[in-house]
Amino acid sequence: MRMRWIEIMVGFFMVLGILAILGLALNVSGLKLSAKQGDYTVYARFENIGGLTSRAKVTLSGVQIGEVKSIQIDKNRLVALVAMDIHGDVDYLSVDSSAKILTAGLLGEQYIGVSVGFEEASLKEGEYIRDTQSAMVLEDLIGKFLFNKVSN
Amino acid sequence: MLDQIATLGRSTLDRLASAGRSGQMLWQSLVAAPTPVVMFPLLLKQIYFIGVLSLVIIIVSGLFIGMVLGLQGYTILVDYGSEQAVGQMVALTLVRELAPVVTALLFAGRAGSALTAEIGLMKATEQLSSLEMIGVDPLRRIVAPRLWAGFISMPILAVIFAMVGIFGGALISIEWLGIFEGSFWANMQNSVDFSGDVLNGVIKAFVFGVVVTWIAVFQGYDCVPTSEGISQATTRTVVYSSLAVLGLDFVLTALMFGDI
Amino acid sequence: MSMHNSSESIIDIQGLSFSRGTRKIFRNVNMEIPRGKITAIMGPSGTGKTTLLKLIGGQLRPDTGQIKIDGEDVHRLSRQQLFSLRERMGMLFQSGALFTDMSVYDNVAFPIKVHTDLPDDMIRDIVLLKLQAVGLRGARDLMPSELSGGMARRVALARAISLDPAIVMYDEPFTGQDPIAKGVLVKLIRMINKALGHTSIIVSHDIQETLSIADHIFLLSDGHVIASGTPAQLLKDDTEQVKQFMQGLPDGPVPFHFSDDDLLQDLYTQESPNA
Ligand SMILES: Nc1ncnc2c1ncn2[C@@H]1O[C@H](COP(=O)(O)OP(=O)(O)OP(=O)(O)O)[C@@H](O)[C@H]1O
Ligand SMILES: [Mg+2]
Repeated sequence: MRMRWIEIMVGFFMVLGILAILGLALNVSGLKLSAKQGDYTVYARFENIGGLTSRAKVTLSGVQIGEVKSIQIDKNRLVALVAMDIHGDVDYLSVDSSAKILTAGLLGEQYIGVSVGFEEASLKEGEYIRDTQSAMVLEDLIGKFLFNKVSN
Repeated sequence: MLDQIATLGRSTLDRLASAGRSGQMLWQSLVAAPTPVVMFPLLLKQIYFIGVLSLVIIIVSGLFIGMVLGLQGYTILVDYGSEQAVGQMVALTLVRELAPVVTALLFAGRAGSALTAEIGLMKATEQLSSLEMIGVDPLRRIVAPRLWAGFISMPILAVIFAMVGIFGGALISIEWLGIFEGSFWANMQNSVDFSGDVLNGVIKAFVFGVVVTWIAVFQGYDCVPTSEGISQATTRTVVYSSLAVLGLDFVLTALMFGDI
Repeated sequence: MSMHNSSESIIDIQGLSFSRGTRKIFRNVNMEIPRGKITAIMGPSGTGKTTLLKLIGGQLRPDTGQIKIDGEDVHRLSRQQLFSLRERMGMLFQSGALFTDMSVYDNVAFPIKVHTDLPDDMIRDIVLLKLQAVGLRGARDLMPSELSGGMARRVALARAISLDPAIVMYDEPFTGQDPIAKGVLVKLIRMINKALGHTSIIVSHDIQETLSIADHIFLLSDGHVIASGTPAQLLKDDTEQVKQFMQGLPDGPVPFHFSDDDLLQDLYTQESPNA
């Protein structure tokens, strides 16, 4: 009957909607249903984070290996404390790795670049990257440049 | 002078009274004691008329808008050597803005006007009165299923619009403009956030669905029951809901994405 | 049900006033509609007979005065109570007002389906009986748009009586019916009233038919009840207005024209078109 046709079409409509939202979730926003669980968090302290924001990329040789989870002030040392979520399959960051805040292009977004050191042991959940280099702040740079000029 | 002030006062009072009546209608049809068992087949039928029958226009418009976005994005981005980012541009524009807004505008024109005309005609031919005299509340029987159907259909249509649009953009970028498929999707996935972008877009679509359906149903229910009155009410539905969607979009965008 | 109330009148209208915009439709009207009888409401076109039925059904609100049905003040009821009161009423609308998205059968079955839990085959029997009563059993599968005006009205009548309501209001049931159908409807209304003891209220301009079935008649004009009584009493009444209406004379105190402005004066008044 007609009602049957309506039921079928409405069901079809709902399925289409669900497929579309799944497509948006998995294909478009790259949401991974299970991968999040394997992530681990490491911390790093920076003198100055410049324009770094949460959700910024964390890279190793330019390849993304995680993202910035949160940025706070370390109350004891009065420096920035950055928490990073590192993908679970990246288990080869040595304990003496270093982290730098870099800028994509001249004026682009800021992100963290990690370089691996030489130690055997690798970073675990909750550990710290000790060797860090702050963001390059344009004003400081210009200031230093002028100061050098004057003192010369 | 005094006359003009009086006219202004009267029209303000009229507006306020009709806003009050529309609120009352919404309250009485949705909140006061629903009867789900009777409602379900009626709801299904309305989702069919409001949602399923809008599918074609939504899919076709989504596809073309996505393709145009891909083309335009490419011609702009290629100047900066960053045409790889076209996927991210298409996806963000669609998911955050165009899908909810354009779907709502099309929805107002396709489903909203039909709702107004249908209910208005029921009023003009005394079908609503005769329901009342049979002891059936037209707010529950006629208005409520249409409201719910609109609330449900609109986000689904918007999601379909976004997905079809992104597909259209991908088609143009990858097949025609020759952008590398992997970087197209990877760039998109890196920049689109599920809860920040997709869910906010769906919330927008839902809000627009509520507003458009509410306006459409109320204009029909409250119209002057003549052919002229119905045609005016139908026009008002399209105009008011388009304005409401665009205005609300600004507010919602400022709330959702303003601080990024 | 409280329908076995002992009082004589089932509907009691006291001090009713109602206006549309600035036009006063009713001014302090009092009426008592007797229980279990056929009451006719007559009067010139546009006096507010349809309006009166809508007031009784609670669709319009009086400015002052009250309407009591079985002792319940219609306009004091909550929305919920009003709807349950209406389950005991049936109304034939002047325009028919069939649901255009349902077939004839479904239209007549609709009140039964929403208010009872009867099984489908029982509903079918009732619907076919009602359609048979109005002579349209063969039209059950047609849609309202496929009916003639007279047929649509008869379907609407079948729908109004499908639940055997205690009070049935007929707004001009005979209009647009051929003489045979008229005769059938007169018999039908009388039968519903006599067999089930239900109260009927008929609004009609057909003096012959109305006189033949009404037990009691109210004559409305100009916002008042100008006469009431049995058909015999009204026929004997020798006030000018009543005589004029009952005999259908064009000239007399009952105005035929909507407003009383003098025609000549209206014609000769010089009015600029955009005034
Ligand atoms: N919706 C409305 N808005 C304003 N005035 C109305 C409305 N409906 C009816 N009227 C006015 O109320 C008066 C009474 O109308 P009503 O329909 O009750 O007349 P009636 O006695 O049933 O006439 P008829 O015998 O022609 O059906 C009419 O003069 C009409 O001008
Ligand atoms: Mg009338």
